[in-house]
Amino acid sequence: MNKSRRRFLKSATGAMAAAAAPLESANAIRRDNKTLPPEALGMLYDSTLCIGCRACVTACKEANDVPVEQPARLSAWNPGTWDAGEDISGKTLNTIRVYTHGSKEHKDKAENGYAFVKRHCLHCVDPSCVSVCPVSAMNKDPDTGIVTHDPDACIGCRYCVYGCPFGVPQYQFDDAFGKIAKCQFCEHLQKQGQLPACCDVCPTGASLFGVVTELQQEAERRLAARPGDMYEFPRGRLGGDRPTHEAAIPEYESHIYGVTEVGGTQIRYISGVPHEKLGLPKLPDASPSSLSEGVQHTLYKGMIAPLAVLGGLAFLAHRTTRKLQQEEEEE
Amino acid sequence: MAHSPYQPLGGKLLTKPFMVLALLFAIGMYFIATRFAFGLGEVTNLNGGYPWGIWVVVDMIIGTAFGCGGFAMAILIYIFNKGEYHPLMRPAVLGGLFGYTLGGIAVIIDLGRYWNAYNLLLPWYMRPSSVMLEVSLCVMAYVLVLWIEFSPAFLERLGLKDAKRKLQRFMFLIIALGVLLPTMHQSSLGSMLLVMETQLSPLWFTTWLPLLFLITALAMGYAIVILEATLVTRAFGLPSEQRILSKLSPIVGWLLATFLALRLADILLRGHFPQMFEANLNALMFWIEGVLFVVPTVILLSPARRVEQAQMFLAAALLLAAGSLYRIDAYLVAYEPGNGWSYFPSVPELMVTIGVISLEIMLYLVFIKKLPVLHGIRNAQPREA
Ligand code: SF4
Ligand code: SF4
Ligand code: SF4
Repeated sequence: MNKSRRRFLKSATGAMAAAAAPLESANAIRRDNKTLPPEALGMLYDSTLCIGCRACVTACKEANDVPVEQPARLSAWNPGTWDAGEDISGKTLNTIRVYTHGSKEHKDKAENGYAFVKRHCLHCVDPSCVSVCPVSAMNKDPDTGIVTHDPDACIGCRYCVYGCPFGVPQYQFDDAFGKIAKCQFCEHLQKQGQLPACCDVCPTGASLFGVVTELQQEAERRLAARPGDMYEFPRGRLGGDRPTHEAAIPEYESHIYGVTEVGGTQIRYISGVPHEKLGLPKLPDASPSSLSEGVQHTLYKGMIAPLAVLGGLAFLAHRTTRKLQQEEEEE
Repeated sequence: MAHSPYQPLGGKLLTKPFMVLALLFAIGMYFIATRFAFGLGEVTNLNGGYPWGIWVVVDMIIGTAFGCGGFAMAILIYIFNKGEYHPLMRPAVLGGLFGYTLGGIAVIIDLGRYWNAYNLLLPWYMRPSSVMLEVSLCVMAYVLVLWIEFSPAFLERLGLKDAKRKLQRFMFLIIALGVLLPTMHQSSLGSMLLVMETQLSPLWFTTWLPLLFLITALAMGYAIVILEATLVTRAFGLPSEQRILSKLSPIVGWLLATFLALRLADILLRGHFPQMFEANLNALMFWIEGVLFVVPTVILLSPARRVEQAQMFLAAALLLAAGSLYRIDAYLVAYEPGNGWSYFPSVPELMVTIGVISLEIMLYLVFIKKLPVLHGIRNAQPREA
């Protein structure tokens, strides 16, 4: 091995070790979490107000033109007129689930009780689905923060399905020309000045539409109020003119879900039972894409490192190919 | 004829094993047609929790690692200047050619909206933060590089000496790309998982994933060269390459030892030692994977064992199994989507994978029989295979 070859290999190994060293402490290599746009729109879902009527599920289907789901066994009975989806899917963008325990006597109690929870896209502040999409089919609006999907761009790779920490985007596997289905916060209705269908139809104000920062204050007010005191719960849109729904303040869990989880989301969940029991997992504050993007950025910044390596490789390969070709010709 | 040291093997094409492969390929084609007519759900067990199955993990992620022979040998021959391995280069590049080309075909079958696939090449759609974008562009470029690396075989066959000489002037650049591109995308196949922090078992999730994927891809590249050389020389009664191969062994052995040390150190450093001993599927797979890695390491590092052809063959096969299992574990076993989802491939799904692999082997056989790929054939007595 000649000198310059040895020198290149040495520095290449050194560069690899240097690249690996910060990898050891994940936090050093992360980029910062992205931040919430000041006017971002979102939803406050108060599990204690939800009565499990599923009006939001039906309204969501109508507003977004997705078909009903009927178990195969019952599909002969009044086809197309009723809906019993089990979870969000290629045909169902939101769903209400119920938590039950023991005798199921008390609403919003973890012990011997039950509680409802609504499931759909959380419109993450720093969304994995947007970061991983190779063709910019998932996008986050810079002003409203709504995460939308463009089927004309989408190649159907399903990385967003795999990567979403909440399992939200769903591909329509039963269709030869399937699409990704996902709650887009009824962006089309909002453009016409309407509310998202689920917040519009909710009779108790459990699903409440509004500006995220204001919804946050509303959630904090509820948590600060004394259990048992009467409270005017807004309906439809926070700050709108609909008649309120008056009810007693329940015993809330102290955590507001969606503020810090995976870098924050634009949905807030408050509830009477621990969020984990409602299928809202404990998640770290750093967004998942802050790590993957941090690593990629370190390795490929401006393509400088790859180009430098290419130069070194070309130099070494040039010498060897010349030698081998000469040998071949002599043979 | 030409003075190239490489010669076509010759012999009959439509042998019995070839017909069996053709049958398997036909079955696979039937299910591929079904997939395009009725959707992915008709053929696969993919679901809302497991959007990726064996077509992605086996055909693409493991398939391209199997195609790393040309990459691994190029490092040794051209970067570390070890000309003595040169006879192994052309068959290794051919293996890579099929590993990658067919991985690409599998991706098209798997894409849910394949008619939009060209969006990957339109700058206004590209999203640089997506590791998948980098992998796709890099793999496409590398397939091109592999065809160019292999093209002297065609040119020799067609007697186009002049074209070959012109091409060889630029070959060093192609070879450099042929090392850089796989380094990038094979490590990126590990980086694809970096966004899965909240959903992967800590036994697999680490920021070292890109490095671990790269090392195993290289090791698998060498293993496939060993396996290929052993199989081909035995099946066709060619002079054994054992002497070169046993020189290769310690290199692969040390590569594997490095991998094992990093893998273990990483788990210990992150404090997930106890998870190795839990009674669950993750821990079980971790140990199976570990044993599959340790055995070939021991064989390849033992001077007494690595001179025996049977032991080498065993080591290479185990190593390929280990690298494959590592990828299946990282992408599917370690992955916990929640909401009660589970996945095991369906029979039609498996048949598509088997069909694609059969096509790969068939094409390999056609190529080595018809094109100057193998080395030292002149005195050999081809047998039927
Ligand atoms: S919940 Fe999932 S789909 Fe919705 S924005 Fe977050 S990452 Fe994207
Ligand atoms: S499936 Fe579509 S939206 Fe999702 S990551 Fe792939 S291209 Fe983007
Ligand atoms: S915002 Fe619209 S799409 Fe999203 S869950 Fe509500 S009704 Fe469905």
